[in-house]
Amino acid sequence: MRHGKNGFIAGFLILPLAIYAVFVVSPFVQAIYYSFTNWSGLSSDLKMVGFDNYRKLLDDDVFWHALRNNLVLLLVLPLVTLGMGLFFAFMLNVGGRRKNAVVSGVQGSSIYKVIYFFPQVLSIAIVALIFQFAYNPNSGALNSFLSGIGLDSVQPNWLGDPKLALWCVMGVMVWSNVGFYVVLFSAAMSTIPRDFYEAALLDGANRFTTFFRITLPLLWDTVQTGWVYMGIMALDAFAVVQIMTVGPGGPDYSTEVLTWFVYTKGIRDGQAGYATALGVALLIVTMFFAMIVMRLGRRERLEF
Amino acid sequence: MGFTSDFGRRDLVKRAAALGLISVPTMAALSSCATGDGDKTKQVDKGTKSAKNPLAINESASLDVVIFDGGFGDQYAKDAQAEYMKAFPKTEGKVKHAATQKIQSKLAPRFNGGTPPDLIDNSGAEQMDFGTLVSKKQLTDLRDLLDAPSLDDPSKKVRDTLRPGVVEMGQFEGEEVWVLYYAYTIYGVWYSKSLLAKHDWQYPQTWDDMLTLCADAKKQGIAGWTYPGKYPYYLPFSLYPFIAKIGGPETLDAIDNLEPNAWKNDAVKAAFEAYDELQRKGYILKGTPGLDHIQSQVAWNEGKALFIPNGSWVENETKKTTPKNFDMAVGAPSSLDSSDKMPFGTIWASGGEPFIVPKNAKNPRGGMELLRVMLGKKSTQNFIQQVSSLSSLNGGTEGIELAPGLASAQELWQKANPDKIVNPRLQDWYVTLQKEKIGVAALGEMMAGRMSPKECMAKCQKFADETAKDSAVTKYRHK
Repeated sequence: MRHGKNGFIAGFLILPLAIYAVFVVSPFVQAIYYSFTNWSGLSSDLKMVGFDNYRKLLDDDVFWHALRNNLVLLLVLPLVTLGMGLFFAFMLNVGGRRKNAVVSGVQGSSIYKVIYFFPQVLSIAIVALIFQFAYNPNSGALNSFLSGIGLDSVQPNWLGDPKLALWCVMGVMVWSNVGFYVVLFSAAMSTIPRDFYEAALLDGANRFTTFFRITLPLLWDTVQTGWVYMGIMALDAFAVVQIMTVGPGGPDYSTEVLTWFVYTKGIRDGQAGYATALGVALLIVTMFFAMIVMRLGRRERLEF
Repeated sequence: MGFTSDFGRRDLVKRAAALGLISVPTMAALSSCATGDGDKTKQVDKGTKSAKNPLAINESASLDVVIFDGGFGDQYAKDAQAEYMKAFPKTEGKVKHAATQKIQSKLAPRFNGGTPPDLIDNSGAEQMDFGTLVSKKQLTDLRDLLDAPSLDDPSKKVRDTLRPGVVEMGQFEGEEVWVLYYAYTIYGVWYSKSLLAKHDWQYPQTWDDMLTLCADAKKQGIAGWTYPGKYPYYLPFSLYPFIAKIGGPETLDAIDNLEPNAWKNDAVKAAFEAYDELQRKGYILKGTPGLDHIQSQVAWNEGKALFIPNGSWVENETKKTTPKNFDMAVGAPSSLDSSDKMPFGTIWASGGEPFIVPKNAKNPRGGMELLRVMLGKKSTQNFIQQVSSLSSLNGGTEGIELAPGLASAQELWQKANPDKIVNPRLQDWYVTLQKEKIGVAALGEMMAGRMSPKECMAKCQKFADETAKDSAVTKYRHK
C-alpha cells in the first residue's frame, strides 16, 4: 500500500521537480563549473583554471567595495523599510483614536493607503529616472527646495558625492518599497482579533505598549517574510545602481554592488569565468543571510 | 485515512533531498549548455568575381546584419542594405536586419554556438570586448575588403579612400585588420560661437587666456566649464590631446602601452594642474559632479557654461535642446605655454562605430560587400546627413550642407590633418581602466575637488599598473 502512495506523490512531483532541475539546479551547477574556468563568454574555447578566479577575487579592491556596500544595504534597508512599513500600517489600522470605534486608524487612512502604495505601481526604471532628476544638483527638486527655504549654502552633489551616493540609492529603494509593506502589514493586522486591543485599552495601555506587546508579536511571521524579501532587494539593487548612479558604480566605487560588478565583468569585459565566480560569492552571501534570518526568526508560533 | 501517519513531512523532505542528490550528476550532461558545441557552420559558396562583384560574393545568398541602435539609429544601415540589394537583385528579401542596444546579450550566445551574423556594428555599452574576440579567433580579416576596388572609383582601393589612421585602428597584433570603424569622431572643447560673440570673447588659444576668459565669464554669472560629472571619462576628450600637446604624442603612447611611470610624466602633471585650477578657482558649473551627460549638455545649451569636453556626436544628441542661434563649434585644446611640443590645433580624432565580420559567419564576403557599399559616396552622404556625423570615408562632405557643429569639426580636422592628430587608444583597449578607474575614480574625484593632482597621478598610475599585471586582460602596444 505504502509503495503505491509513494508512486502517487512522485507522479505529482515529477513535472515540477524536472522544471526545477532544468531551470534552477542546472544553472547553479553550471555557474559553479564555469567559475573554475577562464571562459570569456564570447567563444566556446575555455580551460579549467582551478581556484584562480577566487584568488583574484580576494585581491580585488572593487569586490570588497561591492561586498561592503551590499552588507550596508542588507543591514539598513530592511530595518528602515520594515520599520516604516510597520509604523505606517499601525497608524492606519490601530493608531487612531475615534469616539465610536475603539480600534481604528488615523483620519484619512484610506487615502494614505493609496498614496503609500502608489510607488509600487511604477516600474523601478521609472522610479530611478525620476529620482535622477530630483537629485540633479543643478536644477533638481531637492536642491531647488533647499534654496527655496533659504539654504543656498547647502547644495549637496547628492549622487556625485561619495559620502552621500549610497544613501541616495537607499532612499530610492525605501521610497519605492515601503508602500508594499504597509499593505502587507495592514492585511496581517486585520487578522488580529479586536478583543485583544480592547482588552489592552481597558487596561490603560497606550499606543506604544499596544504596538510592542500585541501587534508586533502577532505579526512576527509576516515581518520575517518581509525581512527575507527586503534582504533579496538589498542584495540585488542592480537597476537603481545602473540607471541612477555615477559611473555607474558611484564616485570612487561608493555605490558599487555585487550584481553590477558581475554584469561589468561578464558583459563588458568578456570575463564570464570571473563573473560566475563573483556570482558564486553572491550565492554564499545570500545563503548566509537566509540562514541568519531563519535562526533569528525562530520563535514559537502563536495560535489565535 | 492515515495518510500523514506513515508518511510524515520529515520523510518527504528526506526523499526530496535524495532526489536532488541524484539529479546533480545528471546535470553534468546539461552543464555544457551555455557554451554550446562551437561547431563551425558551413559557409556559403563563393560567387564569381567580376568588376561589379570584386569580392566574389554569392549573389543569391542571404545576409544577416546586426546594427547597434544607439545615437545614430539604424536607418542609415537599412538604406545601405537597399543599395546592396539593388546591386545584387537576387538577394532581394534575403537581407535580415536586426537593431539592438544589447549587442553582447543578444550575440554572445550566437558566438558561443558558432552561428554569429555576417556583419555586426559592435558598439554601445554592451560592446563585445575586441581583445577577447581577436584572441579567441572569432573575427574575419578584412584586408580582402580593404584591397578591393572602391565603389565609386575602381582605380582606387578601399583602403586608400579612408581617413588616415582608420585602418591602423582595426589592427591589433600583426598585419590583419579585424575591425572597420565606420563613423569618424572629432573630440575637443565644444562651445557656442554666438555666446562668445555676444560678450565679445574669443576662443582662447592659450591657457592664460582661458583662465582670463573664465574669470570674465564668472563675473557675468556664467561658469567656464561643465562636463558630465557622472561620466567623467568625457574629460579625456580634451585632456588627452592637451597632454599630447604639452609633452608630445609619445606621452600618450606610453600611457596606452601601460608603461611604468607613464602617468608620472611632467606633461601629465602640468595638464592635471591646469584642469585642477579650473575647479579650484570655481570656473566649473556648480553641481557638475552630479550631472549626467544629458543634464550637463542641457546646462551648456542654456548658456550656463561656456565649454564642454565632448565628441562630434554631441550636435545630434543635443538637437532637441540646442537654441536656434547657438552656432555650435569645436575648438582644439588651448596651449599651456610656449614650451608645448605640439602646436595649437592638435586634436583627438578617431574612428567610431566599429564594424566586424565574424569568422564563423555563413556569408562573410556578403558582410564585407555591404561594408564596401556603405563606404560608397551615396551611402556615406546619406549617413552624414542623417546622423550629423563624419564617416571614415575621406570625403563625402562636398556638396552637402553641414550643420554648424559638424562643419566646424570638419574644418578643425582639415587643419590638423595629418600631423596634428592624436589618437589615444586607452578607451578601446582597456575600457574598464579608462572609464571606471581613471575616468570615475581618479579624474572625476580630482575635478570634484576631492583629490589633488598629485594624488590623482598616483592613482592613475596604480590603476594602470594593476591592469598591466592582470593576466585576464589582453594587452596591446603602439607599433
